[in-house]
Amino acid sequence: MSRMNEQQVFLIDGRDVPFAPGQTVMQAALDAGVYIPHLCFHPQFKPHGSCKLCTVKVNGRPATSCTLPVAAGMEIESETAELKDKRRMLLQMLFVEGNHFCPSCEKSGNCKLQALAYDLGMMSPHYDHFFPDRPVDATHPEILLDFNRCILCELCVRASGEVDRKNVFALSGRGITKHLIVNSESGRLGDTDMSTTDMAMSVCPVGVILKKRVGFAVPVGQRKYDTIPISEQFGDAPNAVLEQTR
Amino acid sequence: MSHELETASRPETLRRVAIDPVSRVEGHGKVTILLDENNKIHQVRLHIVEFRGFERFIQGRPYWEVPVMVQRLCGICPVSHHLAASKALDVMLGIRQITPTAEKVRRLMHYGQMLQSHALHFFHLSSPDLLFGFDSEVALRNIVGVAAAHPEIARKGVLLRKFGQEVIHMTAGKRVHGTGAVPGGVNKSLAAADRAALLKDVYQMVAWSREAVQISKQLHTATPALYDVFGNFRSNFMSIVAPDGGMDFYHGALRARDADGRLLFDQVNYQGYNDLIEEEVRPWSYMKFPFLRSLGKEDGWYRVGPLARVQNCDQISSPLADGERKEFVAYGKGQPIHATLAYHWARMIEMLYAAETIKELLHDDDIEGSDLMVTGTRQPGEEAEGVGVIEAPRGTLFHHYRVGEDDLVTMANLIVSTTHNNQAMNTAVREVAKKYLTGREITEGLLNHIEIAIRAFDPCLSCATHALGRMPLEVAIVGADGTLIDEVTRDHRGLTRALA
Repeated sequence: MSRMNEQQVFLIDGRDVPFAPGQTVMQAALDAGVYIPHLCFHPQFKPHGSCKLCTVKVNGRPATSCTLPVAAGMEIESETAELKDKRRMLLQMLFVEGNHFCPSCEKSGNCKLQALAYDLGMMSPHYDHFFPDRPVDATHPEILLDFNRCILCELCVRASGEVDRKNVFALSGRGITKHLIVNSESGRLGDTDMSTTDMAMSVCPVGVILKKRVGFAVPVGQRKYDTIPISEQFGDAPNAVLEQTR
Repeated sequence: MSHELETASRPETLRRVAIDPVSRVEGHGKVTILLDENNKIHQVRLHIVEFRGFERFIQGRPYWEVPVMVQRLCGICPVSHHLAASKALDVMLGIRQITPTAEKVRRLMHYGQMLQSHALHFFHLSSPDLLFGFDSEVALRNIVGVAAAHPEIARKGVLLRKFGQEVIHMTAGKRVHGTGAVPGGVNKSLAAADRAALLKDVYQMVAWSREAVQISKQLHTATPALYDVFGNFRSNFMSIVAPDGGMDFYHGALRARDADGRLLFDQVNYQGYNDLIEEEVRPWSYMKFPFLRSLGKEDGWYRVGPLARVQNCDQISSPLADGERKEFVAYGKGQPIHATLAYHWARMIEMLYAAETIKELLHDDDIEGSDLMVTGTRQPGEEAEGVGVIEAPRGTLFHHYRVGEDDLVTMANLIVSTTHNNQAMNTAVREVAKKYLTGREITEGLLNHIEIAIRAFDPCLSCATHALGRMPLEVAIVGADGTLIDEVTRDHRGLTRALA
């Protein structure tokens, strides 16, 4: 183990990465400019460890880097062919579980799922599509929910509960029937107090929670991941779609 | 007349010849011909075998997604669907006028598409027949053969198409399936560098388009016995025209003429298209048969596309194309030209008009403007609706949507260019079959005559087959000995099953 100005370090793919006590592998990696793919992780929220995209090998054993506290001397493998294959497979499963029609999706170019698929070289969904029947919820005058694209990351659940203090969203069901619901008696978003300024509006990594009537206002070429791959962008700035609402 | 040779009285006694698939057209279709032992033709049908369901699955989607989604009907002229949908949604949103920049960028995108699509059709798909002859060596009768025998013509064709694609790329963001037009305007204008790049090449495109008009014109003047006669039949014509009666691909009102060139109606607002046009469903094709209500099924069918537009308009705003239009009209000696192959000539006049218009738009500073979008006041009531019409490369394209208060589409109806020409294409192949195939041993070259008649319309069969749920079907299971084992029929109300 090496030391740099008494800063404690651990290794990711043979590279020294400094860390502060209490940090997770993901936090320390992102702070050091080392990208580990992730979907359900957001720096503002308690890590969730559910999407498994950030799985790394710690001294030869798999672990989710967003939940794993760093310890000095850890040797982490991340960008290996084996782990990339696994991540690609996880993405393929997410794609076929929902209805992800990128060609007509307004989130295309701003979508983390799509950006990761490009970054990890996913060339096809590989598995049979489930084609679930998930009607959209357009009852809110300003916000559209397109459940077809939900990947169950629970970022909206966490943002709405912990930051917005509105608890608009929740997950219901178990296993393969698990799905995102709206916490109102009618189950419709129009009967909640959600507003377009809520943090829950900006955290969806895919195209579920959308400000209405924005659509394709941002042209191709000016979207977040159009020119710079997700692995070279750090932090979780609000999506470009939101920044450029009319 | 329109149903002659459509249905033979005793098909089970006849020999069947099929052209499957029809080649060098967009999409998949087939032609079936039923002949007796003397090779007399009894039935000819152009079948469209693709099946799409856009009108149904756009329902329940947010309206702002529509222009991007419906263009996926096709990869050849998606810009037409993209713009027709955007125009319909402008109306739905109560927008009377988009900004000058938005309108000019949309026009530029559309004229770029007309240029690329017409170039693709003439040079890549049709020139092998026209340059080598209808029954020439089949192995050479393709764009590769043209490139070998006429490299200059092939090169110009490829570069014309490339230029059109570049125009689309720079205005829509992508060469195919871009996102440039949005309800209320556009999301980008033309970048200065892109404008300069296009201006550098556009004069060459105008010059090459002029040459293409000459090639297509000479086919008629050199061999009128073939080109003026092949697949010639009389029909009505329909297109949109500008308020002054001029040619316009992007916007205008409906005008139709009868087979003698007399106006049937003029300057009709297309928002009321449903009062003008009705669609008939026939059990043997996935493509509907539209007709003008006022004239009825038998006489109300019409042609759309270049042959209709060039003869329907009073003038063309660009000088070179208008000169060519006048020559074309003069060639008819006071009567409309009905020759199927004159579609090529008219199409090249339109390509010249597109090239000249692109040049004009590139010289207009509005094209780089920053005022891109307007908002309107949505029509009051539970549902708002709008109709958008555009002249697509193959003819008049209608998009009609209704949108609920929750912004979701509740109804979509599309009448696409090739659908308008359905009866005309069937009539054309029947005319050609009667004239060239009757009593003769069928050869590949003779069958190519049928395909040439279809190709002249530049049909796009993929987007023409969008009906879902209303299409009656007949399925027959026939044993090896020719006996009917089972037959299932479905009408527009549901399924009825009958054992034969």
